[in-house]
Amino acid sequence: MMRLELVKRPQRSLLFSMLSPFIAFGLTIIAGAIMFALLGVNPLNAFRIYFIEPISQVWQLHELAIKAAPLILIAVGLSVCYKANIWNIGAEGQFILGGIVGSIIPVMFPQFEGPLVLPLMLLLGMVGGAAYAAIPALLKTRFSTNEILTSLMLVYVAQLFLDWMVRGPWRDPQGHGFPQTIQFGDSAVLPQLMPDAGRANLGFVFALVAAVAVWLLMSRMLKGFEVRVLGSSPRAGRFAGFGPNRMVFFAFTLSGALAGLAGISEVSGTIGQLQPVISPGYGFTAIIVAFLGRLNPLGIIAAGLVLALTYLGGEAVQTALGISDKVARVFQGMLLFFVLGCDTLIHYRIRLVGLAAQKPETTAKLDAAAKLGEAR
Amino acid sequence: MDITVNILLTIATAATPLLIAAIGELVVERSGVLNLGVEGMMIMGAVGGFGAGYLTGSPWIGLIAAIVIGALFSLLFAIMTLSLATNQVATGLSLTLLGLGLSGMMGTSFVGLPGERLPNLNIPGLSSIPIVGKLLFGQDPIFYISIALTIAVTWFLFRTRTGLTLRSIGDSHTSAHALGIKVIRYRYLAVLFGGACAGLAGGHLSLVYTPQWVENMSAGRGWIALALVVFASWRPWRVLAGAYIFGAVWIGQLHAQAFGIPVPSQLLSSLPYLATVVVLVLISRNKRLTMMNTPASLGQPFVPDR
Repeated sequence: MMRLELVKRPQRSLLFSMLSPFIAFGLTIIAGAIMFALLGVNPLNAFRIYFIEPISQVWQLHELAIKAAPLILIAVGLSVCYKANIWNIGAEGQFILGGIVGSIIPVMFPQFEGPLVLPLMLLLGMVGGAAYAAIPALLKTRFSTNEILTSLMLVYVAQLFLDWMVRGPWRDPQGHGFPQTIQFGDSAVLPQLMPDAGRANLGFVFALVAAVAVWLLMSRMLKGFEVRVLGSSPRAGRFAGFGPNRMVFFAFTLSGALAGLAGISEVSGTIGQLQPVISPGYGFTAIIVAFLGRLNPLGIIAAGLVLALTYLGGEAVQTALGISDKVARVFQGMLLFFVLGCDTLIHYRIRLVGLAAQKPETTAKLDAAAKLGEAR
Repeated sequence: MDITVNILLTIATAATPLLIAAIGELVVERSGVLNLGVEGMMIMGAVGGFGAGYLTGSPWIGLIAAIVIGALFSLLFAIMTLSLATNQVATGLSLTLLGLGLSGMMGTSFVGLPGERLPNLNIPGLSSIPIVGKLLFGQDPIFYISIALTIAVTWFLFRTRTGLTLRSIGDSHTSAHALGIKVIRYRYLAVLFGGACAGLAGGHLSLVYTPQWVENMSAGRGWIALALVVFASWRPWRVLAGAYIFGAVWIGQLHAQAFGIPVPSQLLSSLPYLATVVVLVLISRNKRLTMMNTPASLGQPFVPDR
């Protein structure tokens, strides 16, 4: 019988921290090929439809940008949280609240027009998302409530709240009973980047700007250092005078604001009104994006594009091969699994040992530790 | 009187999946592992149980399939976090995301099909006793399993040597390892048990609660089960109490919707989730108590030194 054994590397491997997303992607492709084969589809054909055809024309690249924008925006914020060892997994809810609060002006004051409308909407969206994210932050700092569970529970609440808004108070009276708000006026719609070429809107620019800004914050400013210190060693952070509670608020409100911005950008730029469902799970997929991008904002741009492609590919195989578009979710889940697994290689060497094999040659220190363990 | 009995019965049906999933997770967390993939394992159990029940025509085979699939799915988590020492929070999340996706894909052809329901217990004579007969002797088989599990886990954790060992691993894996205890092996078994329980809980949803397949039919119950473990401060009987409170909330809001209480139905639907938040706040307010009850090495990866 063989057994896996992890041996700690003296320092993190730079090679594997670069390679691991690519290894993970390769493994996902292999697992995906097996899955397609099991579904009775020629894997090569399926991959062509899944990964190549959806981005072979210019307008399709615009669709890719539309899907990637919210993923990147949300994931950039989440990366700050996760670096600080703060687990905000409720970005989906913050996205929705951003969409709702940002829509106050075009839905309730449609007569208000002009160049001020959009900036105000975006600002309100960010405030909405940040305020909603502040709830788990407050509960964590004030009552030490587990933020994973509270932030997630608030996602369900946000989804139901949106559902109520578009069926109740905000329903379009001329909408033939459809659960949706009125169509936003022209000055409340996020402009498209190149209307002649495709639908991509300013949201993608926001995503790129946010990624670069957060990258600067994390790598060039004291705040970023604070995030990393508190994340890797809270004790050291306290000695340095960094407030862990302030950090919880900072990380939550920053990621909430970015998720809210993503929400209002999606509603204003891509959908044009509020509907019962405004997100195909962007808030959750962004968690995968954040990890695939190594929690590095620039890596997240690339990862966001890859995950956006899985959405488009899912739609493509559904129409072309009649496979459920849930296949996209499966790909996303597998990708995260493999990324996390490959990340082990950064910190550890993996060795296969037979159970009967003699003690592997290691450093003196490890041997001594083993003897101590055996001596009980 | 009949109405009260019926309400109690529905509360028990709503509480059972929460109880089973939470009891399983309790054992996992007592061993020091935090598996956030309960929702994913549950939904896999639900789709597997429904599928096997539908294809074979036997809800019992469906039940076994649900358990096996839940355990197999948790094995993925175990390999990742225990053998490869990955981050438990992130891995658990990915298990949930993968489970929701896989179940959706596997279940596409099951949507709208009539499922097989596990028959309720029926003991001639006993089950027809007024009031208590139905409550004690006329429920679905998984209800009895859930109660038996609670008793068994309490006994195992606090009355057996293996249970003591498991708890010691959860409190300090380093010390346990130094004592020569096979930390990783224990944790593998605990995670598999948790997965089997979550699968069974999912099977309850698609074989008893609503015998059909609906995408995302677990509707956050896996997450509520996770919250229940915290609420119960890692004690099986408190998990039972918590599960029934949440079952009551769940059923209460459904009844309130049916009675047409002039409150938006969405607000009522969000009550179980809001209640979870409130309960978590109340229970974690006392920092010292939480610190005392939480398994000390919960969520920390462990790599044995050799």
